[in-house]
Order: sequence, then C-alpha cells, then structure tokens
Amino acid sequence: MASSKEGTSKSVWSRRNFLVTSMVSTMSATTLLDQSSANAAPAATPEPHSPHPTIINVNGQPYHLALDIRTTLLDALRDHIGLTGSKKGCDHGQCGACTVMVNDRRVLSCLTLVATLEGRNVITIEGLSQADGTLHPMQQAFIDHDAFQCGYCTPGQIVSAVACVKEGHAATDADIREYMSGNLCRCAAYPNIVDAIKQAKAKMKEA
Amino acid sequence: MQPFQFSRTGDLQSAYLAHGAAEATDTAHSRSQYLAGGTTLLDLMKLGVMRPDRVVDINELERTNAGRIEFGGNRLRLGALTRMSTVADHPDVRRDFPVIAQSLQLAASAQIRNMASLGGNVLQRTRCTYFRDTSYSNCNKRNPGSGCAALDGINRPHAVLGTSERCIATYPGDFAQALIALDAHVEVAGSNGAREFPFAKLHRQPGQTPHFETTLAPDELITVFRIARAPFTRRSLFLKVRDRQSFEFALASAAVALDLDGDTVKQVRIALGGVATVPWRAHEAEASLINQRLDETATRRAADLAFADARPREHNAFKVELGKRTLIRALRQAGVMEI
Repeated sequence: MASSKEGTSKSVWSRRNFLVTSMVSTMSATTLLDQSSANAAPAATPEPHSPHPTIINVNGQPYHLALDIRTTLLDALRDHIGLTGSKKGCDHGQCGACTVMVNDRRVLSCLTLVATLEGRNVITIEGLSQADGTLHPMQQAFIDHDAFQCGYCTPGQIVSAVACVKEGHAATDADIREYMSGNLCRCAAYPNIVDAIKQAKAKMKEA
Repeated sequence: MQPFQFSRTGDLQSAYLAHGAAEATDTAHSRSQYLAGGTTLLDLMKLGVMRPDRVVDINELERTNAGRIEFGGNRLRLGALTRMSTVADHPDVRRDFPVIAQSLQLAASAQIRNMASLGGNVLQRTRCTYFRDTSYSNCNKRNPGSGCAALDGINRPHAVLGTSERCIATYPGDFAQALIALDAHVEVAGSNGAREFPFAKLHRQPGQTPHFETTLAPDELITVFRIARAPFTRRSLFLKVRDRQSFEFALASAAVALDLDGDTVKQVRIALGGVATVPWRAHEAEASLINQRLDETATRRAADLAFADARPREHNAFKVELGKRTLIRALRQAGVMEI
C-alpha cells in the first residue's frame, strides 16, 4: 500500500511490503500518525525486524514511513517515496551522486539511516524547481554550460552546487573545485560545472 | 547489512543504558555502536566489517554541552557532536588554532564534513584494504589472531611508524594530529562516570592486540575536546600530501605549531599523519629544534629524527622520505606565517 501527495499509486512504490503514506490517507496511516505523534519519548525499535516508523518531510511534503531499520535515506527516496532523482553511485559515500540537503545542509543520503531523520526536512533535486516548472538558476546554468555528459552525477552535482554557493564556498574557481570535490564526474565535465556554478551564483545573489 | 535494534536518545544516561554496559568486548568490535554522522559506521556495516546488534543514535546530544563550541579567549572547548564543517568554518578556530581548522577542512568532502562529528572523526577506522574487505580472513583487527594480509600484500598506503608484526594499518584521520600536537584533552562519559585525560592517551598502538584501538570502555562516549591557547597555537598549520588534490586520505601529513623568537625556536609541536598506526607525536624531533634557528639543517635533522624508527615494508618505503619532506615543508611554511 502506498499513496503520494497526488493520491495516485504506482506499482514501483509498493514493491516492498512497507508502508509509505502521506498526511491524508488510509486508516492504517492515521493509526501510524497517532502513534508517532503521541510518542514523545525517544524512538526505539526493540525488534530488529519490525518496521520502524519515521516521519520525514521531503520537498515540503510529510511522509509517514514504516521501513526496515536498515533503510538509508537514499533507498527510502528511490524505492519507497518514488523520488528517483537522487542517484546511487557507489553507495559508500565516495561519489556524491546521492547528495541531498537535510535541514539545509548537503549530506550523503546513502550513509544516512532514514530512522535518524525524524522530523527533519529533506530537499532533493526534485525540490529545487518552482511549482510552475521554472528551473532553479543552478539547473538552468548546468544546461547553459553543458555541465554534464551522461548526466548520472548531475542531480548530486546540482544539489551540492546550490549548497556550495549558499555556504559561501564559491568565491573562487579554486574554492569551487575544493568544495565540490565530493561530487565525482567520470565524464569529467568539471570545467563546465565550475562555469555553471559561477553563473548560478550571480543569479542566486540577484534573487 | 545485518538487522539491528535501534534507539534514539537525547541524554547521556539513556545513551549508556541503551548501549548496554555489560558487554566485555572492546569498542572496535562492540556489539553495540553509537551512531552520530554514520560516515564510518554505515559504510563498514554495508561492507559487513562492523555488525552491531544494537545501534544507538546519539545525534540528539547536539543539544547538550556535547554540541557546542566555546572559546573564552584561552581555552577552546569543542563538543564531540559538533560537525567537522562547523568547526572548520568557525572564525575563532580559524584565527587562533589554524592547524585545527585546516586539518578538518582538508579532510573528506563537504558532504562528509557536514555529517561527521568530531568524536566520530577521531574514532574512524583504518582504510586498510584488507581490513575493509571481508573476503580476506586474515586481519588481526577484524578477526583477532588470524594474521595480517597487509604485511606481505599491497602495502603502499600502510604505516611505517608504530607498526607491529600483527598490524601495519595506518590511522587515517587528520584532525587527531592537530589535537595531539596541541596537547588537547578529551572528556569522556560512560556508565562508570565522567573522566578526562590527554588526547595522546586515547589511541593504542597495535602491538599484540590490534583489535584494541582505543582506551575507551565499551559504553564510553567522547563528549568534549579541550585545547588550551598557547604561544604556538596561532603559528600552526596542517600540511597534507595525497594521491589526489582533494577528497583523499593522507599519504603523509604534518601538524606543526611554532613559537619563535626571531628565527629561533622557543617551542614547537609536531604530529605526523598518514605514516603511523596512531596519531603520532614526534617528541625527539621537537626537542632537537628547541633554541635552534629554523633553517635547512635543523629542519632536516628534526625530520630524520622523526622517522629514525621507521620500518617500511615492500611498497611503502617512499613514505619515509615523503614524510620527512612533508614535515620540513610544514615547518618552513609555519616559520614564515603572518600571524
């Protein structure tokens, strides 16, 4: 059973026997919500195999999850929430393809257990553009500067780049290279990525 | 990854309770593990190197003393739950303890620095390939008594200082070298109460028991790092040499701090990374520089002393000369720093 914010259901979201529910949903989702909000004490999963309830906000939308305790944020996003923009490259924190923002800081979703994110705000590549489809200045800059080839690392690059600018670590080309070093691009689009970030930085300042 | 019990806690007492103090095993192989940033733990759990039955999420401790940075002008207190990036960007740390800020800024990637806590950083596990790859059964760290595949394996990244015939795995971190150079202290807490001791006493050389990596009791948590301001803390830096320019572990690194009278050395602190099994303080090298002019001869002599006991293996002999040159360059750069 799964439901999205639009209330539609896709098979890809229910290929595991776990619950993924949004605010307004079925009875069992409501039950889950009540249990979670009534329980102010530290969450615990006493049995390793019982699904662990977690509420997280992704791109402004609350998700009530009940997943295997081992589930990473990356797998929760891709396999259970249906947001496949974040990519699984190495799954060990070495490539940056899975980069998302948690409470406004860029992190690696592959090394983050979703159970540790109770009440946190996650922004993925899908959350950067505006509701009317207008691209984020960084997304547009990557297109303008041809800052990718195969595109697999691009969602991680863009999320990381937005954070890099917001952190104030994009002052010089050398700074950009250093502070973007956690995002590998095997197509080696690096010079174009640096150019894209410089363009977007100026646009982000205006906005 | 094997399943585990999970709990989240916001205070120290319930952290020890959840951890379960009764275990007799050491921290490195404890069946219970504290989880902060997770950048080491999750990685090694996926590889099957660490297989805890119980994981205690301590990130909520950020709201306690363990999550704060305090600097009153003479004493710097870094909470163990603060993140590497926060400390690396902290203006007081950058100005008065540059070696600390640089050791953190040159480590890992921006994403990992946003996640990793200081406490977890100093406890990160070695990058030894034979430790990380469970298809090798002979690893004395992972399977005590099973032997060491690195001794006669591909040992280019391995240590030349502090090794034993049981283990030559390199201590991988950078921040720990800054701490040991500046005579930092650690405050720890566990079910047996709180204690503090010099950071230099935290890590254990492999000796006959490479699976014991620290002097922490199984349920003890690092809560605070304490560093006193000294005449040498401003003239300090971290130099890191590696196979690629960024997002890479050190082949050789040097954390140095100098107090100069003109060009004569009054006090000096030297720690070496990438070349040793633990955060390595070079006391003899320091002693040789006192009251000396910081010139080519003196720095070369100090570097020779620092590596006098080096025991290279087949593929890592280059680290002896690389380590010396790294130290010489670090001392020279620190000598001409504008402070």
